[in-house]
Amino acid sequence: MSSTTEPTRADVCAVACADLFAGAGEILASPMGTMPAIGARLARLTFAPDLLLSDGEAYLLADVAPLGAASPVEGWLPYRRVFDVVAWGRRHVVMGANQIDRFGNQNISCIGDHTIPSRQMFGSRGAPGNTVNHRTSYWVPRHSPRVFVERVDVVSGVGYDHATGSAGRFHDVHRVVTNLAVLDFATADRSMRLVSVHPGVGVDDVQQATSFPLAVDGVTVTRTPTGDELRLLNVLDPKGLRNKEVTR
Amino acid sequence: MTADQAVEQLHDGMTVGIGGWGSRRKPMALVRAILRSDVRDLTVVSFGGPDVGLLCAAGRVRELVFGFVSLDSIPYDPWFSRARQAGDIAVREMDEGMVVVGLRAAAQRLPFLPIRAGLGSDVLTYDPTLRTVRSPYDDGEELVAMPALRLDVALVHLNRADSHGNASYLGPDPYFDDLFCMAADRRFVSCEQVVPTEQLTAGVAPQALLLNRMMVDGVIESPNGAHFTSCVPDYGRDEAFQREYAAAATDLEAWPAFAGRYLSGTEADYQAAVTAGGSA
Repeated sequence: MSSTTEPTRADVCAVACADLFAGAGEILASPMGTMPAIGARLARLTFAPDLLLSDGEAYLLADVAPLGAASPVEGWLPYRRVFDVVAWGRRHVVMGANQIDRFGNQNISCIGDHTIPSRQMFGSRGAPGNTVNHRTSYWVPRHSPRVFVERVDVVSGVGYDHATGSAGRFHDVHRVVTNLAVLDFATADRSMRLVSVHPGVGVDDVQQATSFPLAVDGVTVTRTPTGDELRLLNVLDPKGLRNKEVTR
Repeated sequence: MTADQAVEQLHDGMTVGIGGWGSRRKPMALVRAILRSDVRDLTVVSFGGPDVGLLCAAGRVRELVFGFVSLDSIPYDPWFSRARQAGDIAVREMDEGMVVVGLRAAAQRLPFLPIRAGLGSDVLTYDPTLRTVRSPYDDGEELVAMPALRLDVALVHLNRADSHGNASYLGPDPYFDDLFCMAADRRFVSCEQVVPTEQLTAGVAPQALLLNRMMVDGVIESPNGAHFTSCVPDYGRDEAFQREYAAAATDLEAWPAFAGRYLSGTEADYQAAVTAGGSA
């Protein structure tokens, strides 16, 4: 099946977010933000049909509807039960990151000194608990040295260098997907590795947008959507919100 | 009772738990009653939304115990950010799940409950009062010993209640309002409508009765009392008003006009100003 439209960078990012859930099985997908939400839906419609998806409030959705559209309900998962699932471990969360460092520590709390920050954000939300209980990935729509920092100001999500002892028992920071690349931590010292660059992006582009040296052995090119996936992306995101989050 | 009568039972320095979640089903009429009072130096425990922002704006918060503060459709509350960035408030920042477990420990009269969340993160760095505990069993696992978050007062908002304090939520999520009440010495529930007891279950599943009367000391009928946060199915979040709040909270020169328009009178004055529409 062929498509007349060329995939955009956002399409590549959406498929990379979907691929986070390859082989996930029957677990709760908790994608935070537009691109991960599109990716999780695409995964469920294609290679991960057993995923459970929430409406972002208290219901599990029986059908995969376009973003913002209504769907029949297959389950009830209010916040109190989300915390039970976190501890149970049958969950893969995709969070954002105001800062992330080479070992995958993530900051969504504040910038600067924690006592009197220069910029207050959410607070650590569920990041400390998510990262020590189940698989966690990150989505960064603007890959830049300000986000990819040598050291995060606050460790909200726990990285590999902090995942020692009991904190490491269920720790599993899987991948980081950005507007430029896919990265993981499959190195001897669990530091960040460049897995693939999106079509049109060079390894040097990613390194220049990162404040710490990346492992770059065997970098590939991120796959582009199949024709069927492109068709589904346009169904799932008819307004093209993904192309507003990642332009170019 | 009235919201002002409930708030008369608050004193300077108390620890106050506020129910709801983010910008959802917050007991805003009770928060506005605090703004009308002169109570101060509060320790606030909240899954924070504009309740935290408004109390920070009025300088009533000494310490915030929190996992996050967010307006949901607007990521950050400007007044909370300003209070933090000025160093005006102390914080005990936790993982959300730690706040849940801390309330549960208080509700169960336990000194702490174990939780894995927090290990390896800076939550333990910035709150040096937190301790870990080692499993006495063969696994020997180290866990966070989340201390009980004992409350002097709990403030929650539900959809329906009877005059005795039996109360139901009619939306999709109970949040943690039952835990807030069980963790507190004095418990006040505001509601959209007070109904006779037999009507509480008329057309509503009994599971919706989140609170019973032994969990509640005072009931306040306060229609639109969660405004501008959501209280589905009675009403959704007033997004236009929340934008007006956030814009005014971002601009110190605009704030006095907002506060004068909405926060200088009674709850009836507030609701009348909301009905009259924004200044825009």
